Amino acid sequence: MRNIGIIAAKEFRSYLNAPMAYVVTAIFLALSGTFFATYLAATNYSDTSLTGFLNAAGFLILLFAAVLTMRLIAEEKKLGTFEFLLTAPVRDVEIVLAKFAGSVAVLTAMLALTLYYPLLLIVFGDPDLGPIATSYFGLLLIGGASLAVGVFASSITSNQIVAAAVAGGILFGLWFLGTAARFAPGGLGEVLSYLSLADHFPDFVHGIIDTRAIVYYLSVTALFLFLAVRSIETGRWG
Amino acid sequence: MIRVKNLTKSYRERLAVDDISFAVGKGEIVGFLGPNGAGKTTTMRMLTGYLMPSCGEVWIGEYNMAAESLAGRRLVGYLPETAPLYTDMTIRGYLTYAARLRGLDRKRTKARIDEVVVTCGLADYVDVILGKLSRGYRQRVGLAQAIVHEPEVLILDEPTAGIDPIQVAQTKALITELGKDRTILLSTHILPDVSAICERVIIINKGRILAEDRIDNLSDTMKAGKRLRLTVDGPAEAVSEALSQIDLVLSVTFEKPHHYIDYSFDQEPQAAITRVMVEHGWTLLAMEPAGVGLEDIFLKLADDAGSIH
Ligand SMILES: Nc1ncnc2c1ncn2[C@@H]1O[C@H](COP(=O)(O)OP(=O)(O)O)[C@@H](O)[C@H]1O
Ligand SMILES: [Mg+2]
Repeated sequence: MRNIGIIAAKEFRSYLNAPMAYVVTAIFLALSGTFFATYLAATNYSDTSLTGFLNAAGFLILLFAAVLTMRLIAEEKKLGTFEFLLTAPVRDVEIVLAKFAGSVAVLTAMLALTLYYPLLLIVFGDPDLGPIATSYFGLLLIGGASLAVGVFASSITSNQIVAAAVAGGILFGLWFLGTAARFAPGGLGEVLSYLSLADHFPDFVHGIIDTRAIVYYLSVTALFLFLAVRSIETGRWG
Repeated sequence: MIRVKNLTKSYRERLAVDDISFAVGKGEIVGFLGPNGAGKTTTMRMLTGYLMPSCGEVWIGEYNMAAESLAGRRLVGYLPETAPLYTDMTIRGYLTYAARLRGLDRKRTKARIDEVVVTCGLADYVDVILGKLSRGYRQRVGLAQAIVHEPEVLILDEPTAGIDPIQVAQTKALITELGKDRTILLSTHILPDVSAICERVIIINKGRILAEDRIDNLSDTMKAGKRLRLTVDGPAEAVSEALSQIDLVLSVTFEKPHHYIDYSFDQEPQAAITRVMVEHGWTLLAMEPAGVGLEDIFLKLADDAGSIH
């Protein structure tokens, strides 16, 4: 735990010291804010919910995660600092968990900044707080899973652009399985839908906490973190 | 402190390290000498746990690196071939990170950093961002991170490569000092480096150990006088004259456009030469080893080995 704390803190500080986290956060806030506001305007301020924001946020988070995580391991490989890290008395799994935790901290900070949308709703309207709480829980889950995919993508290359592209590819693929599911016949459609990043999210928006959804997002997270550890271990064999 | 048995590494089909065995005793300073591509870096990466061997075993202290890598790594300070620096951190931030990762508590970390920046000549730069440092200073920071947790074993991959002659001299003095109470294995492809600091050398070429002996026992070829080739922007004759005044220099010859300096294998005239250049306001465009090159020695050693069999 100590090692994870030390590495995660360093990662979080690196994020604060570079423009990247601020830029993606600003873009995320700008876009999701636009959706939030236009939805309210479109319903003539009758539906005081986060629907507009959430429709955008679920997908935007994938982009956010792919860009935010691309440097985590790839940059170390390029700089040669990976040799420094891998020869420190630290387990590979600790490295992966710490890098993941550092990026989760940024995600959490960013989501905290969006809390001012529900705050506006509370001040000027009478929103249903239950779905808002479950939505944020869902955003953390989908965000965490996306960051895990990003950590894995960053672990297989020393090129940050490649890492972002791989992460984006996997994430969009998993997202649009939901769309594909709608065209697939019966059983297959259900399987695809269960595997889709997108299809578990609406429940949270509607205030439903479905265990299957939680299990799904946590499994994706665990799977890609595990793959990242394996990728580092494989790298040690040259 | 370091024991290596039948160590082998192949990258796909390329054999980089070929069945080598050696040991470095507690408190020894051993040079790992070989030309580029000999397998030095690959070997050191296996000693430090960065790379897994294809075959063979490594012990650091009492720990087998295959089974107890973490315990082994705790004993080691490692300077990789290119100093591994996070370009966005300050020297202090980086050394703090290094010390904390190797298990020092906050108080000890702070105390050690204060010591180590003085030892490595970084005291005035602790708040400088690593990305802004020159090559020589990067190397110093690399050395500082390797010693910050006071490891029993130091593994240094070409600590003197790519830095200027004065810094080479400083680095060698620092390594000698560190070696008083530590086990050190350092690699280099430059002969004067090992003869000046190491008690013993292991000579490696094409992944195999060619020779392993104390410096004073090594063949005459290795002990022969040494040569430097200088390229100086200045009046040739005056330069020759000034250079021959240096005590450590045996003779000076000028063959347009280079000056050649002969000196004894156990001397290091580089710093004095640089000083003379500065005093006279001449520009030293290049200074590099010439004459009895390592290649010659490797050829001869390979030859000797061949004639035995
Ligand atoms: N990551 C790698 N992949 C493939 N070949 C490598 C790798 N690293 C080193 N080699 C090869 O292994 C041999 C030994 O290299 P190295 O250990 O770096 O030698 P040295 O440090 O003595 O210059 C060289 O032929 C080099 O090309
Ligand atoms: Mg090397």
